[in-house]
Amino acid sequence: MTIKICVPRDAAALSLGADATAAAIAKAARQAGQAIQLVRTSSRGMFWLEPFVEVETATGRVGYGPVTAEDVPGLFAAGLLRGGAHPLAHGVVEAMPFLARQERLTFARAGLTDPLSLADYETHGGLRGLRRALGMAPTAVVEEVVASGLRGRGGAGFPTGIKWRTVASAPAQPKYVVINADEGDSGTYSDRMVMEGDPYVLLEGMAIAGYATGASYGYIYLRSEYPHALAVLNEALATLRARGVYGRNVLGADFAFDAEVRVGAGAYICGEETALLESLEGKRGMVRFKPPLPAIKGLFGQPTVVNNVVSLASVPIILDRGGKHYADYGMGRSRGTLPIQLAGNVKRAGLVEKAFGVTLRQLIEDYGGGTRSGRPVRAVQVGGPLGAYFDQRLLDLPLDYEALAQHKGMVGHGGIVVFDDTVDMAEQARYAMEFCAVESCGKCTPCRIGSTRGRELIEKIVRGKDVARNHRQLLALCDVMENASLCALGGMAPWPVLSALQYFPGDFGLPAKEPAHVV
Amino acid sequence: MWSELRDLREGQDLGTPPRGGEPVALVVDGKPVTVPAGSSVMLAAAAGSCPVPKLCATDTLEAFGSCRVCLVEIQGRKGYPAACTTLVEPGMVVTTQSPRLHELRQGVVELYLSDFPQEDVPGGWSELHETLQQVGVASHPYGQGENHLQAPVDESNPYFLFDPAKCIVCSRCVRACEEIQGTFALTIQGRGFASQVAASQGERFLDSECVSCGACVQACPTQSLVEKSLFVGGYHRAQPPKA
Repeated sequence: MTIKICVPRDAAALSLGADATAAAIAKAARQAGQAIQLVRTSSRGMFWLEPFVEVETATGRVGYGPVTAEDVPGLFAAGLLRGGAHPLAHGVVEAMPFLARQERLTFARAGLTDPLSLADYETHGGLRGLRRALGMAPTAVVEEVVASGLRGRGGAGFPTGIKWRTVASAPAQPKYVVINADEGDSGTYSDRMVMEGDPYVLLEGMAIAGYATGASYGYIYLRSEYPHALAVLNEALATLRARGVYGRNVLGADFAFDAEVRVGAGAYICGEETALLESLEGKRGMVRFKPPLPAIKGLFGQPTVVNNVVSLASVPIILDRGGKHYADYGMGRSRGTLPIQLAGNVKRAGLVEKAFGVTLRQLIEDYGGGTRSGRPVRAVQVGGPLGAYFDQRLLDLPLDYEALAQHKGMVGHGGIVVFDDTVDMAEQARYAMEFCAVESCGKCTPCRIGSTRGRELIEKIVRGKDVARNHRQLLALCDVMENASLCALGGMAPWPVLSALQYFPGDFGLPAKEPAHVV
Repeated sequence: MWSELRDLREGQDLGTPPRGGEPVALVVDGKPVTVPAGSSVMLAAAAGSCPVPKLCATDTLEAFGSCRVCLVEIQGRKGYPAACTTLVEPGMVVTTQSPRLHELRQGVVELYLSDFPQEDVPGGWSELHETLQQVGVASHPYGQGENHLQAPVDESNPYFLFDPAKCIVCSRCVRACEEIQGTFALTIQGRGFASQVAASQGERFLDSECVSCGACVQACPTQSLVEKSLFVGGYHRAQPPKA
């Protein structure tokens, strides 16, 4: 009997030697005269175990990891093909606590399928959402997404259905769907995992968005740092066209849809939707003022849906199972699930898809296993480089848009970066300003000049120069950046700085009871 | 020289181009104002004799929203929208002067001054100087920091020169080149603090696609792009006072 063995082709797995592992497995099987079916799948998102090898057995898939090419002969000797015992074995994959305690809706297929096999995709629930949508009125599709409570997973958290409603009711034609795949936040990788590992779910969601809003063409704006995603998306698009899923008659319906991938040029700001649209139009990626909203006047001045990868990848299951099914997960105004990305100093870095409401502490301790260094957690940054730093006292906050916002934090794109007690928070604050200075589009002055002045002020404070005066000036500068910037880059760059000042004043050489700036 | 330049200016700069829509009535600083639909709050404020300070806005160019000096408060809206990019709506209640707005504008203008030759602040005339007076700022609290004060002057064009030390990166020259002349010879190059006006691919003005039309010089609010004929005996940067 041919035994099925799965080795991920995800970029994280590849960077840890998955290709060499796969080659070693093929060679060992040949030498043993054992016929195997070696499938390159997506990743489960358990990166500390990559390359993670799965063997199909009668009891389910048994996992081994991390498996290097050198480990392979030993694993074969231990009976890898039967799911045999070995120090690298983790038992039945689905039963592993890290996975078993998750609620994977958007990432339902992660690690299970060959990303480019449309048959695999359909076997695992693919295209059901699009089929159902095509049988509904476009407005009903929009309302299904409104009912799901889905909010933009790129960071802003704006209700996706409401955005669609605006585009759908805009009279101008043509309209566009643009996928923001410029995933640039530190410690985030859920977009990349979707695009490399389950491209059809994204493209299905995009077609649904097009049908619901009256758009017939889409663009995927992909960051240049994702070459694997580019190759996968282009191949997936070709397959969808060849199978009649994309094209003049989507799945045979009276609805035409097609899309193409455009690659960015390495600017963080192009993840901001209006700068993204400028870049897509072939211009310098500078932020536009709003209004007009992109939903009214977006790409080439036309009504445009701009959605993040994870937002759109969550749409097929919403259409398949209904908005209510999705909305049944979550808390408050944060409905559904969020693919949280654990990174930084954490023992088990990886993807945790959970309903909103899970606390930061649960995520870091129960899923992440604490710090990789074994030292105590000192600070956590949630939501990317512009998110506030939280200290121990705030780890029991639930992951919820409103709860985090109360503490000037944000869910953002769902990245959590953990730091142990060796972190220098003054340096982190300085870096936040430096990051803004490097990545600012240069249009508005609070961001363009303010970020550099902010870095300089923090450097002076740390050097002990005129501390009280420079501290006051830094707070005043943060106020100007927050309230006078054109977009969220300049407007939120002060958040990590102010939170670091509030919770870790000692790192700046400031007394612990320095005039409290309420964050 | 500066006073002659000032006198040459025609009428009032409304900040954004006039529009011809139906009349819209709103209230600016307690005064009723009626302007055509499609007008900016900035234009309405100017029409109501409550001019809002500005740098990147001028009524010969479309609104851009980069300088953040024209922030105002609008009843029922969050934050501090820019007057130049916000369109009037019937019944809108706008405040252009308040201690909070003053504080924010001052903070923004100080940032400009932190990368502007301090010697050129007193006694000069330009739209920047007018704005400095309007906002009531003549210096900044940041001390010596990274700056563009030593960036070389481009005197390659026979008619005008470009002194990047005085450039506030408002993009008025870039936009004038696009919107008025349609030449697209100018751009902004670099990101963040390194963003600078550049001709073509970072070439000298004379070697670029520039056709010497002068639209950029006319648009410049700081005399960073300025006619050479104003400088008898050649252009010299003001020297910082000896310490």
